[in-house]
Amino acid sequence: MPASVTPLYFFVVSALIFAIGAAGVLIRRNAIVVFMCIEMMLSAVNLTFIAAAHYLNSLDGVLMVFFVMTVAAAEAAVGLGIFVLLFRGRKTIRVDEINLLKW
Amino acid sequence: MTGSIFYWIAFVVTALAAVFAAVMVITRRNPIHSAMFLVLNFLCIAVLYLLLNAQFIAIIQVMIYAGAIMMLVIFVIMLLSVEEEERRRKIPVPLAQMLGMVLVFILFAQLIFGVVVKVLPGEQGEFSPERIAELGDVKTIAGLLFTKFLFPFEVASIILLVGIIGAVILSKKER
Repeated sequence: MPASVTPLYFFVVSALIFAIGAAGVLIRRNAIVVFMCIEMMLSAVNLTFIAAAHYLNSLDGVLMVFFVMTVAAAEAAVGLGIFVLLFRGRKTIRVDEINLLKW
Repeated sequence: MTGSIFYWIAFVVTALAAVFAAVMVITRRNPIHSAMFLVLNFLCIAVLYLLLNAQFIAIIQVMIYAGAIMMLVIFVIMLLSVEEEERRRKIPVPLAQMLGMVLVFILFAQLIFGVVVKVLPGEQGEFSPERIAELGDVKTIAGLLFTKFLFPFEVASIILLVGIIGAVILSKKER
């Protein structure tokens, strides 16, 4: 009989996915891919919440995930609207060419 | 139950698939491929939720993330025809990317350190898996949502309203 799966394993998987998402945000220059990486990071944090909630016999983490998903949905609607607008105005959505606010 | 062979196999396979899909998301050149691997990543995380006895959140994950949000993202990718955009020209910034990878490695080391050093803090709640199975998962969550978390619930509805209004105003053609 192997040892049981502890929250530590779930936390490590979650940290790995979060770090990969952060790497994507830093090295990719396509705004939509950056956006997808942010969604991936949010999802990794949700996994941490659920794992902690399960092992603490609590439901607060589950409710927190519910609200994080609400924010992610609103963010997707507004963020993708901004990308469409950017593309219409500047014909590009590469984050290193959108430097109007940079001094 | 968490010690059974099946649980271990399910956990290891899904975790590896999730990490593999995450790596593919950031390495594919075509955004559509990235989006498809992101869907795979979300589905794997939904399976991990099932292993953690959170059925409601697993369903919501598939419906909202893998369904609604990714549908929106793929729609926008196709609308903007980003594929040509990606192929147009490449400005290599190896220094910035290497610096980014170093930063990410430090971040990952910190996360792992924080997870390994501390035993899960916090006090045990009252909702054991047996209790949730007895009361019903969705019913318990709904009960909490309308009692303890009523105010955050109302705020979430306002956030969604603002999101709708913002999306409509942003995508409106200027006259």
